[in-house]
Amino acid sequence: MKVIYVVFALLITASNVMTAKDNKDQFSHQKSSMVLVKGGRYIPFWKDDKSLVPVKVKPFYMDAFPVTNAEFLKFVKANPAWQRSKVKRIFAGSTYLRHWKDDLELGPGATPNSPVTNVSWFAAKAYAEWKGKRLPTVAEWEFVALPGAKSSLRDKMLNQKILEWYLTPKPQRAGTVGVGKPDRFGIYDMHGLVFEWVDDFNGIIAGGLGGDGNESGLFCGSGVVNSSDPANYAAFLRFAFRNGLKADYALYDLGFRCAKDAN
Amino acid sequence: MRPFLNETGRIIAAFAFILVLFFAGCGNEKSEEIKGEENAILTDAPYVPPPITRDYPTKVIVNLEVKEVVSRLADGVTYNKWTFGGKVPGKFIRVREGDLVEFHLHNHPGSTMLHNIDLHAVTGPGGGAESSNTAPGHTSVFSFKVLNPGLYVYHCATPPVGLHIANGMYGLILVEPKEGLPRVDREYYVMQSEFYTQGNFGDPGLQMFDMQKAVDENPSYVVFNGEVGSLLGDRALKAGVGQTVRLFIGDGGPNLVSSFHLIGEIFDEVHMQGGSLVTQKNVGTTLIPAGGTSILQFKLEVPGTYTLVDHSYFRAQSKGCVGKLVVEGAENKTIYSGKQSDEIYLGSTEKEEGNIQQAAPGGNIPVGNEPVSGKQGGATPMDAKSLMATGQQVFAQNCVSCHQTNGQGIPNVFPPLAKSDFLMADKERSIRIAMHGLTGPVTVNGKTYNNTMPQLSLTDQQIAAVVSYIRNSFGNKGDMVSVEEVKRVRGK
Repeated sequence: MKVIYVVFALLITASNVMTAKDNKDQFSHQKSSMVLVKGGRYIPFWKDDKSLVPVKVKPFYMDAFPVTNAEFLKFVKANPAWQRSKVKRIFAGSTYLRHWKDDLELGPGATPNSPVTNVSWFAAKAYAEWKGKRLPTVAEWEFVALPGAKSSLRDKMLNQKILEWYLTPKPQRAGTVGVGKPDRFGIYDMHGLVFEWVDDFNGIIAGGLGGDGNESGLFCGSGVVNSSDPANYAAFLRFAFRNGLKADYALYDLGFRCAKDAN
Repeated sequence: MRPFLNETGRIIAAFAFILVLFFAGCGNEKSEEIKGEENAILTDAPYVPPPITRDYPTKVIVNLEVKEVVSRLADGVTYNKWTFGGKVPGKFIRVREGDLVEFHLHNHPGSTMLHNIDLHAVTGPGGGAESSNTAPGHTSVFSFKVLNPGLYVYHCATPPVGLHIANGMYGLILVEPKEGLPRVDREYYVMQSEFYTQGNFGDPGLQMFDMQKAVDENPSYVVFNGEVGSLLGDRALKAGVGQTVRLFIGDGGPNLVSSFHLIGEIFDEVHMQGGSLVTQKNVGTTLIPAGGTSILQFKLEVPGTYTLVDHSYFRAQSKGCVGKLVVEGAENKTIYSGKQSDEIYLGSTEKEEGNIQQAAPGGNIPVGNEPVSGKQGGATPMDAKSLMATGQQVFAQNCVSCHQTNGQGIPNVFPPLAKSDFLMADKERSIRIAMHGLTGPVTVNGKTYNNTMPQLSLTDQQIAAVVSYIRNSFGNKGDMVSVEEVKRVRGK
């Protein structure tokens, strides 16, 4: 089964993907590949000023998989300031990489090919910059994550599946990346493994990054008024989750993937 | 009329009165300064923290942990509940008017979701929600002064709010008035709410939230205190004859309003919607809004079992909204006699009576069973242990309301199954009764019963299980009934 997905992923890589930086073996090549997303129109799910007009998403590259523990280990080896014992507290809370055995050892709590979690937004951003990439925006992430507009029945089923994932207790150790089916772009694991950081994770609300960004109409029921799709419970949960984050948080079910401009 | 005081006297008296008022006022102000601090005692339903004996306000520290736990919804049914304190409903919080509450909301590190709390007792935007958004593995602290006495709902207000409530995130906070509440003998905490599951009522296993049922306001379960049977059997509320009981009752919703009724008792006093006034006396059924409360007080005069229901009755009948209050003590036959006689009544025309008899259940209504029995063809035969387990569930869902928990029946009304000669004498007849119901006189253990048992829509497997169960419970001993035997009876 897995072989089929790997082959499928490689087919996609062949057509869409930029050259990966370190492609010493087939596996790491596949895991670090990016997919071209041609862009299009995205109707924001939620805005406080009711300007729910479609925004244009320019073409961009998106990582086909979430960043794994093994990949993040390479990053902290090359950048000691981001090792668990050395990181500045304002950039990552005390739970930063707590599932790792040590600064430079994953140990039994962190499978190499599982998404890295317990990482702060600052750390995720630093990783992306080190890779010559950036974090995706909310619009880019949601553009990929939301079901396509073609079949409303399929949307409904996908939303229900996403919702069920949110409502199921999470294992403390996330599963392996790339095991499930890719979405219509050829991108894996947008749902089902971990939540993911985005660049402007609480930029949609008034307070903005670092402030007490929670003073927002998204909460207390009034969010319903300003949503483009009040029936999308899954999206509400995801936006609420994002909106409660602060940039130094390191949570057990929150990882990230990178993006890059297409030109 | 002779003046009581002369002019000067009156002026002096008035002045003195004003002075007294002034100092009294100062005194009040002074006694309402926050003094000291204490940790709040929190309790799980149906229990309530002890009454507050302080005559001054203090700083109350509340530590409440949000935890997502898979726990029982009904026999054989579980649900991933999101809780304030590990259970549904959340912990009961009791404070005094004027207290300063320092609220610590902890979100368990294993939680999937961001959570917060909106306490309806809070004066301020969002009722605390905006200050208490808390990611998994984090703690938020905020403070509020409780200005208004009353009984209030609290709930999670993270979007989508309805979903967080549907998963179990609600509880009650009582703000006692400065002068306290009148002392009573017993206080209990009961909260009604709904669960929207993909399976129907009783479908076994871990049940997932069903969004469409929630939107349609069509729950599979309506329950007291977070699960079917939370106030039944050993867990029934208890009180004694002569005691006064106060119920702090809330409705978590998320959708339904409760028409709350206690069968056999009258609420002597009702604080409608949990406000600080007794708004009505002598009430039979009272309304509790979704997200609202009521304080109900009643004195018990007669011993026996009293039943708590939502009088929107199918919620009690078929969705689990039933609880019991067991009252012990001496009988008082002048208030309630019990049954004094039972005689034959023929009505005005015997002919009409005959027609009614013919239309009564027990007749030919086989429709519902057919597709199910087809499906059973492929089912693997059950062993004795699972027959008994399934039988117990079927019994609890279909039989217990008439034949009672221990199969003892109700004297003169419903025959006993316990040590029943009628039951044990003829296995095939028992299967037939479970299949088609029974109307007309039967003699059980020497007593005649004349009543109607409706036809139950049970599958053959359920019939095999429940007949096996009753033939081997309540002091009965017999052999098991197989699905094949049931099919044979159905074929006849």
